[in-house]
Amino acid sequence: MSPGFQGRPRSAEPALPPGQYLTEDFPVLSAGPTPKVPLETWEFVISTETGAEYRWSWDELMGLPQETPTVDIHCVTRWSKLGTSWLGISLDTLLDGIDTAADYALVHSYGGYTTNLPLDDLRGGRAWVAHTYDGGPLAAEHGGPARMLVPHLYFWKSAKWVRGIRLTIEDEPGFWETAGYHDYGDPWREQRYQGD
Amino acid sequence: MTDMSYLDGNMLDGPLRELFAVDLSAATGRCASCGLAGPMAGLHVFSHAPGLVARCPACSNVMLRLVRAPDRAWLDLRGSTFLEVPMPLDQPHPGPL
Repeated sequence: MSPGFQGRPRSAEPALPPGQYLTEDFPVLSAGPTPKVPLETWEFVISTETGAEYRWSWDELMGLPQETPTVDIHCVTRWSKLGTSWLGISLDTLLDGIDTAADYALVHSYGGYTTNLPLDDLRGGRAWVAHTYDGGPLAAEHGGPARMLVPHLYFWKSAKWVRGIRLTIEDEPGFWETAGYHDYGDPWREQRYQGD
Repeated sequence: MTDMSYLDGNMLDGPLRELFAVDLSAATGRCASCGLAGPMAGLHVFSHAPGLVARCPACSNVMLRLVRAPDRAWLDLRGSTFLEVPMPLDQPHPGPL
C-alpha cells in the first residue's frame, strides 16, 4: 500500500449553497433576445456620480492585465456549476484611479438588462469582466463578447453582454431586483427573493 | 426579432390564471414603449430565466414580468399602458358612475 493512499478521505458531494443542485452542463438563461455586438463598436464605460466617464474599446480592454479565475457559479434557478475557468479583467484594474464617493454600482448591458450591487462587491479580487470561457471566446448565448463574473453572488448579478457600470450614491434596483428578487443575492444565505 | 428562444404569449395563460379570474391570454395589451396594441397571446415570452419575461412582438421592449416564489408572486406591468379584457354581455356590471 502506498503511503499516501489513505491520506485523503474521499469526500462526498462537494459543498453547495443551500437549495442548489450540481450540474455538469452550462444552462443558458436569458430574459430577452441575444444582442449581436460587433467588436469594432463594442465599448465598456464606467460612469461616476459626478458624470465622469471612463471608456475602453475592445482592443484597449485586451491590453489590460488579464486574470484566470476558476470559480464556482450558482444560479438562482437552483443549478450550481463548479470549477468554471475564465479569462478576464479584474474590476480592481478597471476601477483603479477612478475617483468616486459612490457606494453602489448599477451594471448595464447591451439589450437593456441591468443589475445592482454594492461597489465593495466589485473590489477585492471578486469580480471580473470576462471574455473567455473554458479556453475559447465567450459564446454570445453565455454573454459574449464579454460578461460580468461576480461568482460570490447569484449568477443573475453576473450580467451578460455587459456594456458598462454606473456608480451611484443611492442603491438602484436592477431588472430582477425590481421584480421580486433579492437586492444582494448571497447564495450561501439563500437570498433569492425580497425579504429572504 | 428573429430570436427563436421565446415562446408565444399563450403560455402565460396557466401562470396568470393563478393570479386572475379572467383569461388574460384573450386580452389586448398596449405596449408602453411603441404603443402597439395587440393580443397578449402574441407576446414573445422568454421563460428560460428567473421569471417570465413577455416582450412586445414589434419593439421587443418588456411589457410584463412574472416572478413566482414558493409563497409569493410578483407581476410587473409597467411596460403595458392598458389591458383590455373581453367581458360577457350577460354579466351584471355597474356601468359608468
